[in-house]
Amino acid sequence: MAFSHSFEYFRPGTLAEALSLLDQYKGDARLLAGGTDLAVHIKENMATPPVVIDVKRVTDFPGSRVSPKALYLNASTTFSDIVNHADLRKAYPMLWEAARSVASVGIRNRATLAGNICSAVPSLDVAPALLCYDAIVHVASSSGTREISIHDWFISPRKTACLGTEIMLGISITAPAVKHSGIYLKQGRYRGEDLAQAGLGVLITSDLQYRLAYCAVGPIPFRARAIEAVLNGKVLTAELISSAKAMVQDTVHPITDIRSSKEYRLHICEVMLERGLKAVEQRLNGAEFDSAEILGG
Amino acid sequence: MAKVKLTLNNETRTIDVEPCETLLDVLRDKLGMKSPKCGCDRGDCGACAVLIDGKSVRSCLIFAIECEGQHITTLEGISGDQLSILQEAFIEFNSFQCGYCAPGVIISATELLKSNPHPNLEEIKEALSGNLCRCTGYQPIFDAILKASKETKK
Repeated sequence: MAFSHSFEYFRPGTLAEALSLLDQYKGDARLLAGGTDLAVHIKENMATPPVVIDVKRVTDFPGSRVSPKALYLNASTTFSDIVNHADLRKAYPMLWEAARSVASVGIRNRATLAGNICSAVPSLDVAPALLCYDAIVHVASSSGTREISIHDWFISPRKTACLGTEIMLGISITAPAVKHSGIYLKQGRYRGEDLAQAGLGVLITSDLQYRLAYCAVGPIPFRARAIEAVLNGKVLTAELISSAKAMVQDTVHPITDIRSSKEYRLHICEVMLERGLKAVEQRLNGAEFDSAEILGG
Repeated sequence: MAKVKLTLNNETRTIDVEPCETLLDVLRDKLGMKSPKCGCDRGDCGACAVLIDGKSVRSCLIFAIECEGQHITTLEGISGDQLSILQEAFIEFNSFQCGYCAPGVIISATELLKSNPHPNLEEIKEALSGNLCRCTGYQPIFDAILKASKETKK
């Protein structure tokens, strides 16, 4: 099927060129990265931009850097780039597992982390990881650059703090100073190419600090700070996990949709919390396993 | 209309396209490559898979104009003068029935075996998770890929 909507297409080679186009076509332009979202939206008439600016050939995004202490992934980074990065997998397992859970290889080869974050759907798989690692989003406009905390990034479904005249440059993460590990659990109807019914990221540090973030069970992905506060400083026991689980019903705000009922989501969020906490503790202590096995299916 | 120059199955081609034309439509209607199929038309089924610079992509989600200067490989380019080991294995296992998903499956499997010549069953399933087949139940497809991977020299 051909696209019914026609548009003007630009392929800038530099950031300055892209920003100047964005200024010129204020409000009329949409940025095109991997296109796995935008192309569908244009096809289904959910988006009808008069101008499309393809940023895939922009060559001067700041370079990506991955080390156990800090991470910077620029706007050109595809999900396959993340999945194929052995050092990133080792240092940031939660982010790696979230990236691997996105769609399928043929989509991940094209779809970018930046495009995904800017799409800002409630089921955004990488959001829990970015929230747990307190990521910073770097954006640029023709008047300069600015940093936006991931905690201020998500406004409502599909709406972010990024302005129409801004281009996302990349995201950065600073790892916790002490030994840490993380895990991402995704519950879907089946494995492979499905959006999450619920997603949970869990980060644990050797000094017993916990960070928890859910996606797909509220209008935007969010940190479960009240539950974190109950866990922080404490060794995981069956009793502590029970107390944490008892708070889940008041923490998540799922709806019923095509993928799941609200009641199922409420239930699975408790199950995920218990299994996620136990698994991340094992991982911190050196256990190796595939998080996809934890929820079965 | 804009001119796009790309390499299709090792041949340089220059074509006129509208920005809104998908790579899938241009491959089928302007470049004569009928192996990529239109299934779901929204990136879910994998029937339209082709390789761009060696990586599998969904040609229904790409504007042809994005492909300036890139190398596109369709199933026609993988076969060449003779069938690949993988394609021979698909015949041996009678892996396809209606055949609509076959070009996309072969593209995905070709990409997999290039980066990982000896995948296990889980890795094969992961690589093919974006290719829907409504006929076979997948088992004969997995069997063929496993067989082909054993015939590829270690």
